[in-house]
Amino acid sequence: MLEVRDISKAFGGLKAVDHASLDVKQGEIVGLIGPNGAGKTTLFATIAGFHRPDAGTVAFDGKAITGLAPHRICAAGMVRTFQITQPFAGISVRENIMVGAYFRTADRHLAAREAETVAAMVGMDDQLDRRGADLTVAGRKRLELARALATGPRLLLLDEVMAGLNPTEIVEIVGVIKDIRAAGVTILLIEHVMQAVTSLAERVYVLNQGRMIAEGTPAAIAENPQVVEAYLGPGAAKVLRA
Amino acid sequence: MSRAALLCAAGLAAALVYPLLVPNYLVNIGMLVFFTAFIGQSWNIAGGFAGQTSFGHVVFFGTGAYTSTILQVTYGWNPWLAWPAATAMGGFVGWMIAVLSFRAGLRGSYFALITLAFAEVFRILANSVPFTKGGLGMLIKADQRPINFQFKDPIWIYYLALLLCLVSVVIAWHLTRSRFGARLVAIRENEDAARALGIDVFAEKVKVLTLSGAMCAAGGTFYAQKYLYIDPSIAFGVDKSVEMLLVSMVGGAGTIFGPLIGSFTLMGINEATRWLASVVPALKNVQPLSLIVYGIMLILIVARLPNGLMGLFRRGPARA
Ligand SMILES: Nc1ncnc2c1ncn2[C@@H]1O[C@H](COP(=O)(O)OP(=O)(O)O)[C@@H](O)[C@H]1O
Ligand SMILES: [Mg+2]
Repeated sequence: MLEVRDISKAFGGLKAVDHASLDVKQGEIVGLIGPNGAGKTTLFATIAGFHRPDAGTVAFDGKAITGLAPHRICAAGMVRTFQITQPFAGISVRENIMVGAYFRTADRHLAAREAETVAAMVGMDDQLDRRGADLTVAGRKRLELARALATGPRLLLLDEVMAGLNPTEIVEIVGVIKDIRAAGVTILLIEHVMQAVTSLAERVYVLNQGRMIAEGTPAAIAENPQVVEAYLGPGAAKVLRA
Repeated sequence: MSRAALLCAAGLAAALVYPLLVPNYLVNIGMLVFFTAFIGQSWNIAGGFAGQTSFGHVVFFGTGAYTSTILQVTYGWNPWLAWPAATAMGGFVGWMIAVLSFRAGLRGSYFALITLAFAEVFRILANSVPFTKGGLGMLIKADQRPINFQFKDPIWIYYLALLLCLVSVVIAWHLTRSRFGARLVAIRENEDAARALGIDVFAEKVKVLTLSGAMCAAGGTFYAQKYLYIDPSIAFGVDKSVEMLLVSMVGGAGTIFGPLIGSFTLMGINEATRWLASVVPALKNVQPLSLIVYGIMLILIVARLPNGLMGLFRRGPARA
């Protein structure tokens, strides 16, 4: 469904993403992990059209979408959320989600109804009239999810939707993500914390300093010495094995 | 009928009866209130709803005033025909400024400043190119017949201003209930999030500036027909830009009735300070007193009432 090939993106001299490739197949939940500053968000933003890649290609459903504007990519059926949540602060949760829902319909009543359905799906139906600015961190993360979902995507790019949540909230949002997948949406999920991904993803990619250093099942990844070193520093794998 | 609808109906009825009951100079003041609310609304649609604050909205106003006046005076057009042409020209200038600025990626205060620059360029051009008669300005021959868009009885120009104001309120009301309006608000609140949710931010911004420019230009023609004279500093002077911004901010930017309430308020202040200066001799030399009051009011509103005076009436959660 999504084929990312040799994407590179530099900011000035800094190579944030360096020849990274990944694949997502229809119906999967795929994880993308890596230490802070690895380039995960940059890779997402590049896939979703927010950055133009210096090199490489992105294909969605077999069609090249490299360098297309975000709204065109959204129209193709792929939508991203933001790690640093970007609520429409001055308007209600309902209106926030309606902006997403308007992507599929120009009708106000349909959009409002769709917003309510999606809000129920992410467990926000009791907060529809709250302002975007008045939400808790968990609420904002859910709103990111809800708005993106309301556009009716086939592939959802989630950027650290669990960061900053407490364990109860994480369990809840993991349930929501599973429901979304069950509803037929394919998911590519960034997490900084490895554990968060293992309960969800069938496959995991590991990005470190802009390079894709490993790919495999969560179990295999957790054993991979290169991955352990990326997280804990050089030599750590040897120490852990000893 | 809801309470709000009832209030609107009562307000409209009062506005319709008002000029029949008061002397001409008060009819004229009423006309100015609605006219200023109208051009204020043109600013509000771009600056308030879509968050594209402009400091140079007068560029559209002047474009409208000059387009219809030139068509009329130089080419002999009937002003009623020149009016839609002027409106279209304002839309075109709005489109052009939007395309140039937003293609260049200008946002926020940079966009506001570029509009100011455009207005100044247009003022200087109007001062120097031959077809505007330069700094002399242009005089429209007085011939007070309705067919000439000139009226002997001020009541007709009052009703016309009221009609313009009504149209602008309906446009704003429509924005609060349509997809286009929801997208504008999304762009105002967070441009990146709007883009991620499939909104073609550039296209929507160009659309709203085209609409706003067209409306404002229609106001320019109206003004020229009322006063039958324009010159570069009337048509492109910065004070009209400030007035449009001020009524919207004072009344409540991004609200349906903000510009109208702001226009009422500022007219009230205008008249009150004029009266005050006439009875308190010490204030004679503090001129213009109204500007001082505006300034204080704007500071208070920006600091305390981010939704303007409308924020006082709004039910439900206040918007920060
Ligand atoms: N817009 C930007 N301009 C300059 N540098 C950036 C920008 N975005 C990210 N970076 C840098 O690129 C690197 C990767 O960042 P990011 O993609 O956010 O990593 P991650 O999401 O994996 O934590 C970091 O060093 C970051 O400082
Ligand atoms: Mg990140």
